[in-house]
Amino acid sequence: MDSEVLIGVEHLSRYYGDTRAVNGIGFELRRGEVLGFLGPNGAGKTTTMQVISGNLAPTSGRVSVGGVDLLDKPKVAKAMLGYLPEQPPLYRELTVDEYLQSCARLNRIAPPLRRAAVAKAKSRCGLESVGPRLIGNLSKGFRQRVGLAQAVIHGPAVVILDEPTVGLDPIQIREIRHLIRELGQQHAVILSTHILPEVQTVCDRVLIIHRGEIALDAPIGEVAAGDVHSLRVAFASPPPGAALEALPGVVGVETLAGGALRVRHAGGPQTALAIGREAVAGGWDLLELTPERPSLEQVFIDLVYKDRANAT
Amino acid sequence: MFLSPLAWTVLAVVQFIVAYLFLTRVDLFLQVQGRLAAMDSAPGLTDIIVAPALGNSAVVLLLVAPLLTMRLVSEERRSRTLSLLLSAPVSMTEIILGKYLGMLAFFGVMLLLITAMTLSLLAGGTLDFGMLATGLLGLGLLMASFAALGLFISTLTEQPTVAAVGTFGVLLLLWVLDWAGQGSMGETGAVFAYLSLLRHFQPLLQGVVDSRDLIYFVLFIATFLALGIRRLDAERLQG
Repeated sequence: MDSEVLIGVEHLSRYYGDTRAVNGIGFELRRGEVLGFLGPNGAGKTTTMQVISGNLAPTSGRVSVGGVDLLDKPKVAKAMLGYLPEQPPLYRELTVDEYLQSCARLNRIAPPLRRAAVAKAKSRCGLESVGPRLIGNLSKGFRQRVGLAQAVIHGPAVVILDEPTVGLDPIQIREIRHLIRELGQQHAVILSTHILPEVQTVCDRVLIIHRGEIALDAPIGEVAAGDVHSLRVAFASPPPGAALEALPGVVGVETLAGGALRVRHAGGPQTALAIGREAVAGGWDLLELTPERPSLEQVFIDLVYKDRANAT
Repeated sequence: MFLSPLAWTVLAVVQFIVAYLFLTRVDLFLQVQGRLAAMDSAPGLTDIIVAPALGNSAVVLLLVAPLLTMRLVSEERRSRTLSLLLSAPVSMTEIILGKYLGMLAFFGVMLLLITAMTLSLLAGGTLDFGMLATGLLGLGLLMASFAALGLFISTLTEQPTVAAVGTFGVLLLLWVLDWAGQGSMGETGAVFAYLSLLRHFQPLLQGVVDSRDLIYFVLFIATFLALGIRRLDAERLQG
């Protein structure tokens, strides 16, 4: 990928007093990427996002947005940022329209363009019907969407979302995910969440941080497609276990609930091919043959758990 | 600001109290009118009614200003909307100045109402406009100082009530410092007295414009605005 780098973070550290929240993090984000930001509670996700959004100053390290250093020229850099904190920053006593208007002003959108910007943000976030209502009277899902509209109103190059789908119903979650994908096409998006499948469906890249350090930074394809070392198979008339174990590359066979079998193998396509061939030849009546990919959840737990085991 | 009932309530209450104080002065004037007519160079309408009325409204404002300024920053912090301002392309200075100017505009409305009341005297007499102008200037500067101090204290805390009590305490202290100065403490007493807001407000009510008083107010305002900006910045740095 050679599209422009929109966020550059180098050796970012942040202390709260003596507590080290973030320690020497560095990563880059390009246009058109959606970055899933994962980590257990207290890993430093929110702190990192606050630093990138300019709400906190880093103790050391550099952050650049669209090639502009956030500390040298904060105004230029912040104009390219949209940030939705964990708690959407809403004025409950304003209506949605008033609120978005003032956000447009705050982001220095020229007066003639404001109306259009507000209308666009509203239609993007599905807020057309609630324009004249007070934010304080809206449901949580709608408030979340108003917060999102606020973050994208000035068409920022980078959108930072801190747990945007918390407390939403499944349909709203789908809509928000769809919106995030859409944003990801023209902008760069950083998304923090605890919902792992969300990362798998929405993000292009995963960044797992743990104890303030980066534990993993990889494209989602690689994480999910990691090495396949097991197959899930099911037969209508299963062969004896020994017949399977004799196949090339097979390391072990275990029986799963529901009569299916898990075949562990050394890797490569040879085992799957052999099972198919033998099933036809031996009349085992193959019902299912699925490569089992390590899920993101597995990767996440492995990383965090391994680290905990090392630490103790 | 005008969307909240607080603003209207405060305006109404202030106006009511100031009007009452104003009326008592008018009453006093009517009582002594006969004697005044007999005096040479008798004090005029402005001396007897306007100056004390403005002086009294200053005390009322002292009570009210903390209520108005308490929410400026602390409320933003409490409802987590501060991050909206911090991640927007505006500097800390702009945030503080914007808040301050908003507050001044509100105090301006209040000053306008008070002015209108004093001008109503024109219906039955003449006023010393020079003295009225300096009095209003003094009251305006005093309001501006209250607002600056209140804004600064509001940046210190997350609780609007704490900000209100703090602002009120400091304002009252600055007000009564003058009394301490009147004791027999000599040098130190004079210093305290000099710091008092009241000390610099009184001459303006009497129609005396001393540039030292004006500079005092300007410095007072600038100091607390600068402290407010520093405070917000420090928060970003230390968290």
